[in-house]
Amino acid sequence: MNDPNTVRILAIETSCDETSAAVVVNGRDVRSNIISSQIDLHTIYGGVVPEIASRKHIEKINQVIAEALKKAEMTLDDIDAIGVTYGPGLVGALLVGVAEAKAISYALKKPLIGVHHIEGHICANYIENKDLEPPFLCLIVSGGHTHLVNVLDYGKYEILGRTMDDAAGEAFDKVARAIGLGYPGGPKIEKISREGNPKAIAFPRAHVGGESYHFSFSGMKSAVLNYLNACHMKGTEIVPADVAASFQQAVIDVLAGNAIKALEETRMKKFAIAGGVSANATLRNAIQKACEDRGVSFYCPSPVLCTDNAAMIGAAAYYNYLAGVRSGLDLNAVPNLKLGEVR
Amino acid sequence: MKLLAIDSSGLVASVAVVEDENLIGEFTMNYKKTHSQTLLPMLNELAKIIELDLNELDAIAVASGPGSFTGLRIGSATAKGLALALNKPIIQIPTVDALAYNLCGHRDVVCPLMDARRNQTYTGLYQFDGNQMKTIKEQCALDIEEIIAEINSIGKAAVFLGDGVPVFDQRIAERICVEYSFAPPHLNKQRAGAVAALAKQYYIEGKVIDAAMHKPEYLRLSQAERERMERIHANHQ
Repeated sequence: MNDPNTVRILAIETSCDETSAAVVVNGRDVRSNIISSQIDLHTIYGGVVPEIASRKHIEKINQVIAEALKKAEMTLDDIDAIGVTYGPGLVGALLVGVAEAKAISYALKKPLIGVHHIEGHICANYIENKDLEPPFLCLIVSGGHTHLVNVLDYGKYEILGRTMDDAAGEAFDKVARAIGLGYPGGPKIEKISREGNPKAIAFPRAHVGGESYHFSFSGMKSAVLNYLNACHMKGTEIVPADVAASFQQAVIDVLAGNAIKALEETRMKKFAIAGGVSANATLRNAIQKACEDRGVSFYCPSPVLCTDNAAMIGAAAYYNYLAGVRSGLDLNAVPNLKLGEVR
Repeated sequence: MKLLAIDSSGLVASVAVVEDENLIGEFTMNYKKTHSQTLLPMLNELAKIIELDLNELDAIAVASGPGSFTGLRIGSATAKGLALALNKPIIQIPTVDALAYNLCGHRDVVCPLMDARRNQTYTGLYQFDGNQMKTIKEQCALDIEEIIAEINSIGKAAVFLGDGVPVFDQRIAERICVEYSFAPPHLNKQRAGAVAALAKQYYIEGKVIDAAMHKPEYLRLSQAERERMERIHANHQ
């Protein structure tokens, strides 16, 4: 008989190009976090190919789950609930995890909890910061998402700002392609930027007008493409490291600018970042410094918990489990699922 | 021997349970293609009515392709999840074989036709000797003209079934040189009962696999892979 105060969750994440399963105890104690990355498969196509991602998920999913259980030294009998990402993400990819999780939940008669992918990213912060509790502000930056969220309580989110067009990570990918770095753009731009001058080119910092905390990155991406075109026309030499560093700095200025604005207006004393792009050290350092200058505690997950992983889904599933959230056997993948402001 | 069978390869979602010579229950729906939302609730309903203890199953059979890529994966992930949780093996049944098996005992050449888009069909050719199904042409993706030409060259009467029938019936009428007919509504689509019946033979022959090893047989590359191959091929010429 399991201890009623201990909740062991098997979590599954297949929303994009990582097949991942984890065992998480009481939301913060990660016993295993297995991630099977497909990056090599997609690199030759310059981005994630949804059908290839879905095919790889169905091939790998049982092995990844078995490995997660083995590493956690548990069997399915020890598990109290199943958590699974059901959106947002690539529909065909999400469906593999959702169908698998539902079948396991049904066969074992254990509760099923559908988890919002962005909520998972936010909850990644709980794993290594045992003291972190809501309320706090969180900036989520990834290949598909850019959100500034006020985390009011577990499971309660107020979206302060979101991107009006491209996600920050998407802009990184497009610029990386334009200067010949290839996929995935984020880590490649970060690496080459270390050899570049972030003040070499003054790319515009797009500020969406008014009171909002919204973001816009497509204009910045276009400015880079226009700059590259102009260089070609004039025969000016292009220094990829300078372009990358200047672009990266422009994106970081916008992200940090909105973060600072929100910190000052909400007077919140805790700030967290999450999502794949938050693994970018220059971004982390910029936001950390902004926080320290204002006496705000700064939180960020290790890089492995920034990119897509099931441990963060297990953390989010736990707090939903405590709140009584249960999903039915008809749970479907929702590719454009919105993060509920208040559930 | 008790088997659960699943088929969500096409427009139909279907689950069935067989025990030895008995089809204990089958739930087949051909209403909107929302397999992700309906397949497991269907199994749940069926299991409740027939008082199925999932632990009594000997294996999980699944129509493993070809078919709708997403539909196949919903069926496969469901089968893999069940098999993992229950610690049972999986039996992979070729979709077109199971479709043909609907017409077990038929005298004519059986030709399933699934709409594979791009003017193609997932098809095959089968002949029954009593209840024994013989494969004349293994399941494959073909232009509709090609399979009709093969039927013409065999020169025997043929019977067609599958969701490709309404798509290709005009072309069949134009090109075919032998007598032909179409299967009636209760036999002309995927049914998990047929998957289960074939799976019983597979199980006896030991043709089961570990759930982790199962993946759908798409009979086709993804569009991105296909276009990449075409580019490479063009560059080599």
